[in-house]
Amino acid sequence: MKYLILRRLSQFSIIFLYFGANAWGWKILQGNLSSSKIFETIPMSDPYAILQIFFAGSVVAVDALIGGLVALAFYVIIGGRAFCSWVCPINIVTETASYVRGKLNIQKYQEGRVIITRNSRYYILVTSLVLSSIFGVAAFEFLSPISIVTRGLIFGLGVGVATLVLIFLFDLFVLKDGWCGHFCPLGGFYSLIGRFSLIRVKHNAETCTACMKCKEVCPEKDVLFMVSKESLSVNMGECTLCGRCIDVCGDNSMKFHIRDYLKKESK
Amino acid sequence: MEESRRKFLTQSLQTLGLCSASGLIWGAFLDEAKSDPLILRPPAALSEDEFLKKCIRCGLCVEACPYETLKLAAPGDKKPLGMPFFEPRKIPCYMCEDIPCVPVCPTGALDEKSVTTNGELDINLSRMGVAVVDEKSCIAFWGIQCDACYRACPIMDVAIKLEYKKNERTGKHAFLMPVVDSDFCTGCGLCERACVTKKAAIYVLPRSVALGEVDSSYVKGWDKSDEARVSEAKKKIETTEISKQKPVDYLNDGGL
Repeated sequence: MKYLILRRLSQFSIIFLYFGANAWGWKILQGNLSSSKIFETIPMSDPYAILQIFFAGSVVAVDALIGGLVALAFYVIIGGRAFCSWVCPINIVTETASYVRGKLNIQKYQEGRVIITRNSRYYILVTSLVLSSIFGVAAFEFLSPISIVTRGLIFGLGVGVATLVLIFLFDLFVLKDGWCGHFCPLGGFYSLIGRFSLIRVKHNAETCTACMKCKEVCPEKDVLFMVSKESLSVNMGECTLCGRCIDVCGDNSMKFHIRDYLKKESK
Repeated sequence: MEESRRKFLTQSLQTLGLCSASGLIWGAFLDEAKSDPLILRPPAALSEDEFLKKCIRCGLCVEACPYETLKLAAPGDKKPLGMPFFEPRKIPCYMCEDIPCVPVCPTGALDEKSVTTNGELDINLSRMGVAVVDEKSCIAFWGIQCDACYRACPIMDVAIKLEYKKNERTGKHAFLMPVVDSDFCTGCGLCERACVTKKAAIYVLPRSVALGEVDSSYVKGWDKSDEARVSEAKKKIETTEISKQKPVDYLNDGGL
């Protein structure tokens, strides 16, 4: 539970700081996840949005460029999809859906009915860039549930609440980990840039009793291919560093570590 | 070998097909979702096309606005999603001299340069739209005295002037009619907010919608700066030669 609580704390406090900036004029964290200002000095912008704007045929001003680089550097070093599980508010919705899905045993009666590749997110990522250049607007930003919901929580949600319901129902009844694990191009983007990040989960096969609880809770099972077989660092970019495998592991076989590029064995 | 190649090709084709199919739906949606010709943007916004490209939807301008004039389009507003706009009849732009909404823009979708002269911000340079008067529903045009819009205008007597005309119906009164000069109107909408009629008889429209455009071949000969446009023009005289034939011959030679 430790990491789950920490993550919720991180997600809620980020939204709360944004909300406070708009509602009460706090200067700690202004803007939203598309672009923000920290303490009125450090800019931080969504690099994927800037990429789309670039494909739409426009280069953003210096402020946003620096902001984009700051975010990019942060996630390249920390681990790209840390955004997904520690920052993104949609994650709360999809994890809840996944939890309810497990409780209702929906997966059991649905086995093999929906086959959608997890690579869809990369195809959607490419499609979004092509569409951005054709229509001259940042294509994904026009329907991104992440922006709709964060903006909504800060500035007023309107009927944007439908987006939440849609994603919840889809993940609950149609496809397990549907949005975050299959379609979200922002998650795909962060998977790509987080490939070589320093913070990683490490598996220790020697203490592992192969209970497979970690694989059960993991929203990106493919990244845990080594469990009970080999002691390896979970290095695939799709790992969201959510720490659920660590929370659930009774054998102390999972823990966060800092990838050491100098040592050969921890590839 | 042959089998695996075939599989690869089929799967690639499938992926491409799915991407194109979803791209078509997505694109159709984008084409609709991005166009709202009547939307009013914050001061110093780039042209609508460029603005749509550059705005990253962070809402920093909205947070900077002290009057809650600016709003980000939420789902259901039927406006390009997440981008700032304002509705003057509800809350107009109060034309802050320090224009707090503009310098905070991180992407340059709000262009500080367009509202700067000699290194100083000047809100009067902003062009958010232009006010238009519906003379039929403006009570000043009926002959009733009302100068609400004129007095609300932050550039009174420049952007809105009162034009006087004799009221022939009564024979002893005057019409005091508000007239907007689009050269100076910023489109702040204070007039629209102030208008006393049930539905505003003066309202702000985007300049691209409300203003016409004159072909470059029309020159104001009486205006020195406009006349300068043709100072470099080369004179080109075309004459048609007058026929040497006499009209009588021409009419009688059977050619007709």
